[in-house]
Amino acid sequence: MKKILSYLKPHSGFMTFAFGIKSLATMAELALPYILSYIIDYIIRPLEGQTDVDTGAVARRIVIWSLLMMLCALVAVAGNITANRMAAKVSKTVAGEIRSELFKKTMSLSPAQTDFYTVASLESRLTTDTYNIHHFMNVVQRMGVRAPIMLAGGLIITATLDPVLTAVMACVLPFIFITVYGISRKGLPLFRESQKAVDEMVKVVREDSQGIRVIKALSRKKYESDRYDAANRRLAEKEKKANVTMSASNPVMTFFMNLGLTAVVFAGAVRVNASLTEPGKIVAFIQYFTLISMAMLAISRLFVIFSKASASSQRVSEILDTPADLEIRSAEEYPNKENGHFIEFDNVSFAYNSTKNVLHNISFTLEKGQSLGIIGATGSGKTTLLALLMRLYDVTEGAVYVEGRDIRTIPREELHSLFGAAMQNDFIFAGKINENIDFFRGISDEDIRASAVTAQADGFITGFEEGYDRVLTSKGNNLSGGQRQRTLISRAVAGKSDVLILDDSSSALDYRTDSALRTALKRDTAGRTTVVVAQRVSSVMSCDKIIVLSEGRISAMGTHEHLMEISEEYRDISNSQMGGAVLD
Amino acid sequence: MTDQNKSSRGKKAALIRLGSYLFRHKGYVALAFLLMLSSNLLALLGPSLSAKAINAINLGAGKVDMETVTTNVILMVAVYAASAVMSYLLAVLLVKLGQKITYTLRKEVFDHLLTLPAGYFDTHQTGDIVSHISYDIDTVNASLSHDLLQICASVVTVVGSLGYMLSISPVLIGVFAVTVPISILFTRYKTKRTRPLFKRRSAKLGELNGYAEEMLSGQRTIRIYGREEAVCGKFDARNAESCQAYYEADYQGALIGPGVNFINNLSVSLVTLIGGIFFMLSVAGTLSPASILFLNLGDLSAFVQYSRKFAGPINEFANILADLQSALAAADRIFGILDTSPEKADSPDATELSDVKGDVCIRNVTFGYDKDKAVIKDMSVTVPAGSVTAIVGPTGAGKTTLINLLMRFYDVDDGSITVDGKDIRDYTRDSLRKAYTMVLQETWLFGGTIAENIAYGVENATREQIEHAAKQAHIDTFINTLPDGYDTVMTDNGVSISKGQKQLITIARAFLADAPMLILDEATSNVDSRTEKNIQSAMRALMEGRTCFVIAHRLSTIKEADNILVMRDGRITEQGTHDSLMEQGGFYASLYNSQFDTAE
Repeated sequence: MKKILSYLKPHSGFMTFAFGIKSLATMAELALPYILSYIIDYIIRPLEGQTDVDTGAVARRIVIWSLLMMLCALVAVAGNITANRMAAKVSKTVAGEIRSELFKKTMSLSPAQTDFYTVASLESRLTTDTYNIHHFMNVVQRMGVRAPIMLAGGLIITATLDPVLTAVMACVLPFIFITVYGISRKGLPLFRESQKAVDEMVKVVREDSQGIRVIKALSRKKYESDRYDAANRRLAEKEKKANVTMSASNPVMTFFMNLGLTAVVFAGAVRVNASLTEPGKIVAFIQYFTLISMAMLAISRLFVIFSKASASSQRVSEILDTPADLEIRSAEEYPNKENGHFIEFDNVSFAYNSTKNVLHNISFTLEKGQSLGIIGATGSGKTTLLALLMRLYDVTEGAVYVEGRDIRTIPREELHSLFGAAMQNDFIFAGKINENIDFFRGISDEDIRASAVTAQADGFITGFEEGYDRVLTSKGNNLSGGQRQRTLISRAVAGKSDVLILDDSSSALDYRTDSALRTALKRDTAGRTTVVVAQRVSSVMSCDKIIVLSEGRISAMGTHEHLMEISEEYRDISNSQMGGAVLD
Repeated sequence: MTDQNKSSRGKKAALIRLGSYLFRHKGYVALAFLLMLSSNLLALLGPSLSAKAINAINLGAGKVDMETVTTNVILMVAVYAASAVMSYLLAVLLVKLGQKITYTLRKEVFDHLLTLPAGYFDTHQTGDIVSHISYDIDTVNASLSHDLLQICASVVTVVGSLGYMLSISPVLIGVFAVTVPISILFTRYKTKRTRPLFKRRSAKLGELNGYAEEMLSGQRTIRIYGREEAVCGKFDARNAESCQAYYEADYQGALIGPGVNFINNLSVSLVTLIGGIFFMLSVAGTLSPASILFLNLGDLSAFVQYSRKFAGPINEFANILADLQSALAAADRIFGILDTSPEKADSPDATELSDVKGDVCIRNVTFGYDKDKAVIKDMSVTVPAGSVTAIVGPTGAGKTTLINLLMRFYDVDDGSITVDGKDIRDYTRDSLRKAYTMVLQETWLFGGTIAENIAYGVENATREQIEHAAKQAHIDTFINTLPDGYDTVMTDNGVSISKGQKQLITIARAFLADAPMLILDEATSNVDSRTEKNIQSAMRALMEGRTCFVIAHRLSTIKEADNILVMRDGRITEQGTHDSLMEQGGFYASLYNSQFDTAE
């Protein structure tokens, strides 16, 4: 909660002003019953039994005081509306800031961290949790000022009536605070758990909206419905537990207040009997008591919202406080290696979550402008190798160098500006096709078009009625597999980056298109270093250097001709494909 | 005007519909009402007891009837304790009731989602769907469990106070006859105006959620290209919009509570003013005791007290009106999903497709996702049982669409598809789909264990069957190298499991499903050639005796196919066996020959 409150700090001036207005309005509200009882006790009551009433004078007094009441009502309404609006403004600004920071932070999480938190959970933190915080800030600014003033005002007025009776009533306050505090402390972890259960439920919804075709194809609606039901049931259970726990606070509070009132009546009786106070005061006391207990109820409601927001803010802070991963290290720590190679992998080993190594002792070099092909069985570590080159993960052992610099020492923008990459099943967002190629880089229309020509995408794009303005749906579902791949290759080519990375990115293309693509790439990206991961020998055979990966190790390296001579594995792959080539 | 009419009708409809959910738990609602009534009555009993005690005190110093006071004080404690217990029970009951309804709503929305056409998920952001099922339903729940109680309690107090006041002075109540309708008109006018704002607020939050979810799923790519800042900028714009929508609703909503409060305070002031003057005139003798305007002191102070009591709940009600409105806006969005028409129901005389032979006949089929843009045009093919049909053609020729039609993800616009001589629209969808097993180009695994993922198509598959299928798909060895083997849980991105391996798992799933007809959609594109070789033999075994549709890549598959369909622009331009097509020297032959270009 502290972290979240710190966001409110810059607005403290504005908020103080709003609090002032709110206090004024609340005091005006408080004055209403006071004036009312004044009119009744000091103007009207004395009339009783009188026979000679100066009606004109009395009427004037009644009218004046009534008008004063109306004035107070007016101050209250104007003040409350203004203050509430100001509160809404502060909450909106702060909630927006928190959400914006959180999103920024989320975007900067390393892939390993994202995997750890899961997208579903990050998503619900960004939305539900920030919403809870927004709601809380709104309510706390409204009721958080009003209720304590009502409470304090009520207590002060009663104290002026009879301090001893007020003290008797105030005796119950500590009990109230202790129980309510205890309850909300108990509630906090329960709300955390229920938020976690929300994550689980969201996960199923996400998965299923992505896999709907498989679910339908296999007629697994019932199964999915049950799977969701389990998550839903768990969530309902957790929410129920949290809310049931919190629902004790209201009755407990009311009961204690009533107990205080009862004590006042009894103590009042004793004091009246001893002629220490008057009966009328007890009556007035009871009137103010309603006000006080209303304030207490509002406070108890605040506690519920507080517990929920507190759980949410913990979840938000958890992300905001996640230490930056993949930090830029100093060159002293990871010294440069001046040997003239453009890219070098020096004895690199890697394991996800420090379990089993996925890559073992990978060493190779690549010169500027050269092309590298990587081929190997499914699961041999090809994509992982690319991820290390782009520093999506840090190596477990060894080092990766670009132009002699350990990539851990290269600032992120600089490193990433080196690469243009089309990965397997890469990301396409809902937006125009040219926006997807541009990918927020501000590339000119001519360059977008040129890259699409290179990627063999121009043909199908201009075939659309809207051409490059064609709007794609999320994940590019309104393109065919091959069209998607060519869009992604256009994106990779468009940035004119030094290194072009293609991860099995032409697998859905027919051979003719694939062949045309390769020719065009060779023509248009000359001078750029290229790394190609592929299943097809034909995609890598013209590379300057080809690595055959096998279970995370380099089993052979060299040109196509060389590998055909020395590597049985490569020969096998090549023969099987050349003999049985593929059609789309 | 018509818009406003529509929106108020919508509001009423949403309310009635929400009410129908309450009605399903009649027992709970009745019990809640009973508890509410008794807890409120007990709470009202308190003051009357304290009044008795105070009367005993009123006797003055030294004469206080301590015995009466003590009795009443004890009774008060008992009554308040009972009332507290009741209101606790009531609160718990309402939480449970609210939870039951939320649970039902979530379940209904989800189950309904599963019946929607697959295309719905192509056009609706996952994040927005998630927002419906989490934020919107939460909002409704918060309102159901909290506001409902408040409103019920208010109604009791208001009616009670009104009755008392009426019995005291029918004239003074005239003040309320003016101010209450004003309050009602004011809130009605205001809520009408704020309602679209609350709707917008829900919708904007959904949009924001959709954007966040989309960008989160593309985080890796964004990182590779170093575009975090640009994406954050776009997020901020949407975030600002969503916050602004929230603020605008709040800004207008902030008026209602204090506004009604003001009107009420005004009425109390007027009551005091008028009542005071009546009393004064009564005392002065201007008003005779027989006059309807006559007031004595006790009546006046009671009336003023009740009018304050009366105003309290109304204020409270006005204050929660904003909550209620955002709940109704959320409910509207939920009902919006529930009202989206699902896949057309199976026709009433649809039969189960069983003992499938696998004769498939496509007759003059035309289909387009947009009615005026046909993707498949007048297509006719006969596929005899047990034959292998390879579908080839450039990307975008309509191959995937054909599969969509075979599985009835979409229904044909014109013509018909039959299985075993009967139109597939006359079979139940479930039984038709069960007759196929399918390996799509997009692998889909859910967050369960590998074993659960393989057994996905088959309920109650034994571990032996699962392992056997994995062996057939040549993924068994790999699975056994994982620390938890078949019980390895697939994480979100499945970091340590490559795309190819995921594909093998879905192939194992197909082996296990063992359906009479088989659809393979570019399934082999992510598997390396070595594994591929092994799979080929297993696949061949699997294809044996089954009707197969293969969107083919591998020449070996194509060569062995009984029939090759060459598709271009939604039409079959050539069909026949490999040899016959090569002889024709058409598009197929040129496609085939193009692969030799690559072997320069």
